[in-house]
Amino acid sequence: MSEMKTATTVADLTKVKPYGDTLNDGKMELAFTLPVPYGEEAEECAKQYVKKLGFEEPNVTYYKELTPGYTFFVVYGSAQATIDYTQIKVPKVEGEVMDRVACGEWIGENIGRDITVVGASIESDAHTVGIDAIIQMKGFHGHFGLERFKNVVPYNMGSQVPCEELIAKAKEVNADAILVSQTVTQKDIHIMNLTKMVELLEAEGLRDKVILTCGGPRISHELAQELGYDAGFGPGKYAEHVMSFIMQEVKNRGWENKANIADR
Amino acid sequence: MKSKLNLDPKVVDSARNHANNIAHDMQDFIDRHTTVSTERTVARLLGVDGVDDVDNPLPNVLVDQLKEAGALPTGVAYMLGNAVLKTGKTTQEIAEEIGAGKLDITKLPLCSKEEALEALKPFIKKTFARIDEQKAKRQEMLSRIGEGSEPYLYVIVATGNIYEDVVQAQAAARQGADIIAVIRTTAQSLLDYVPYGPTTEGFGGTYATQENFRIMRKALDEVSEEVGRYIRLCNYSSGMCMPEIAAMGALERLDVMLNDAIYGILFRDINMQRTLVDQFMSRVIIGYCGIIFNSGEDNYLTTDDAIESAHTVTASQFINEQFAVLANIPEEQMGLGHAFEMDPSTEDGFLLELSQAIMAREIFPKARLKYMPPTKFMTGNIFRGHIQDALFNLVAIWSGQSLQLLGMLTEAIHTPHMHDRYLSIENAQYVFNNCKHIGDEVEFKKDGIIQKRAQEVLGKADALLAEVEKDGLFKTIELGKFGGVKRPYDGGHGLEGVCTKNENYFNPFIEMFMNH
Repeated sequence: MSEMKTATTVADLTKVKPYGDTLNDGKMELAFTLPVPYGEEAEECAKQYVKKLGFEEPNVTYYKELTPGYTFFVVYGSAQATIDYTQIKVPKVEGEVMDRVACGEWIGENIGRDITVVGASIESDAHTVGIDAIIQMKGFHGHFGLERFKNVVPYNMGSQVPCEELIAKAKEVNADAILVSQTVTQKDIHIMNLTKMVELLEAEGLRDKVILTCGGPRISHELAQELGYDAGFGPGKYAEHVMSFIMQEVKNRGWENKANIADR
Repeated sequence: MKSKLNLDPKVVDSARNHANNIAHDMQDFIDRHTTVSTERTVARLLGVDGVDDVDNPLPNVLVDQLKEAGALPTGVAYMLGNAVLKTGKTTQEIAEEIGAGKLDITKLPLCSKEEALEALKPFIKKTFARIDEQKAKRQEMLSRIGEGSEPYLYVIVATGNIYEDVVQAQAAARQGADIIAVIRTTAQSLLDYVPYGPTTEGFGGTYATQENFRIMRKALDEVSEEVGRYIRLCNYSSGMCMPEIAAMGALERLDVMLNDAIYGILFRDINMQRTLVDQFMSRVIIGYCGIIFNSGEDNYLTTDDAIESAHTVTASQFINEQFAVLANIPEEQMGLGHAFEMDPSTEDGFLLELSQAIMAREIFPKARLKYMPPTKFMTGNIFRGHIQDALFNLVAIWSGQSLQLLGMLTEAIHTPHMHDRYLSIENAQYVFNNCKHIGDEVEFKKDGIIQKRAQEVLGKADALLAEVEKDGLFKTIELGKFGGVKRPYDGGHGLEGVCTKNENYFNPFIEMFMNH
């Protein structure tokens, strides 16, 4: 147990560190594998490694040989680094989030026409789970998909859709927004795919004529913006988050009477 | 055995009978057609392998020459047998000459069908010798060093680099895994050729190539001897090259292959005519070679709701079973699939999962049921995920599943790290051992939640199969009754590679593979 210097229970938000069971104890658990043979040297190696990461009192609570030359560790330690919470700025998708019914009504009242979106899991990615969660009628986790929204016309093109095909479809149906899903992130394949989409849209002169969004388990709004998207939707975001953003953006851009891409 | 679920055997028989009629109806269509991939399979089985100087696989080069000359309906066997007779060269030499632009076998004068077959006999003999040797080797290892007990612990490796995969696979075997699946790189399923040679780059998986199969087989044989258990190797006989990969699996002694009669249609948008013809060729190979196939019913539940659509899984299991019967696959090689994919917030969801799993076992008592772990409702909360996987393991041991694809606590985050696999194996071993005979001990309340649920799902599956029988499988898929996915008869990838056979067509392997 580390030394108790104060009895305060109010965190100093300019110097935040992890909480175990006492303010500022810095307690964290780590689990990792080192490519070293199992034994007491391995244990010491893990301890020293965690110390080097800036933890005090590293405690290897469990270690186990995975295969000759590889050892798995569970380690507890007290983190020393602190963060000034008051200085944190996180880019967020702007606008109000409404539920499915409210979105439908809002579009009826404020846009006065249907909003059209096309979505796909692009390029090599064979996973439909993300795009289905947003578009398919059933949605995900009790949140209905866009197919169930009033005044929204969604097209779900499925998985492994080349960027060119997705763009062609967007033009064909005069989409207000394109939804790109990416699930596989190994070796940053999602970054390559997402970048390709932006570049192709720009090359076609369409980038400012459609709202471009992306989503997936490892996608944040910040990453999306860095890549040139209008918004990004990560875990815990459902169809209503996506549509709330798109419909308010359609209004902001004054596209109420510009259902055709050519007019925008 | 008395049904613990109080299932009505008449309903089971009725469902199976509908499925049998559905499969027979399709078989008429299948028997009249061939595909580029089926013909490339014949080429491979006749000894054609390798690539030309721009990396086109020679089976593709050969089949493309036939296709362009309009000779695909005659088939590779006839044309290649004829070429062997007329040139005196081996099948491989002929393919190499075509690749070098030196030979057009469609321009040669034609011998009779019988003469063509006769010319192929030495090549067919060589292939069967190789496959029979591989079957004998598996049998020898199984009887000498033994195997793990069911449910087999089945894990995946997916580094993208076959040599790194070997490290991970051997580690998993030492930790207790019984089956290693090398996940394919995303997008390979839509390639209309099989890449060649060892590969070290892939996304979310590693290319399925014959050389990669060989490298992994060798590594698993080594570790099998070390751990004293035969370690099975799994890959994908699916996608545009479904039967070709089955042939490669036969030659390199794969033990388990993912292979579904309709998965490619629904989830990869491969044309339905193409997939149905291809699945037949792949399954006759699988049946002969002692490979366990895994059907992909679990996937329905990732796009459709696991509670509402449970009966589509059961219906599809019946259909996959009957297609397998037509390809003469023994029941012990039928790895019919299903999954633990209900929303974990469902009240009594565990009872419904248990009901479904026991029902599958009662309906398909000898099948090597393949049980798939939670994926759709895995969140990145690894602690809760580990518990979801434990419940999944409990259902598996309780219901007597055969192949248990282990859930990973890091599902939805990344392809498994080395210690993720260890934690999953430990989880399964703990639950399987601790609850070993729970299935023998526990009976269910008459007309309780579990019994009622199974009866309801079976009844709905039977009704769906009756409908499919009436409409035909093609139309059923067009209407989106499986997985909630609609596919048109003439849509999807690969239709251009389908043709009707002409009167000279023959495929010497079908009959030989069926005869075992």
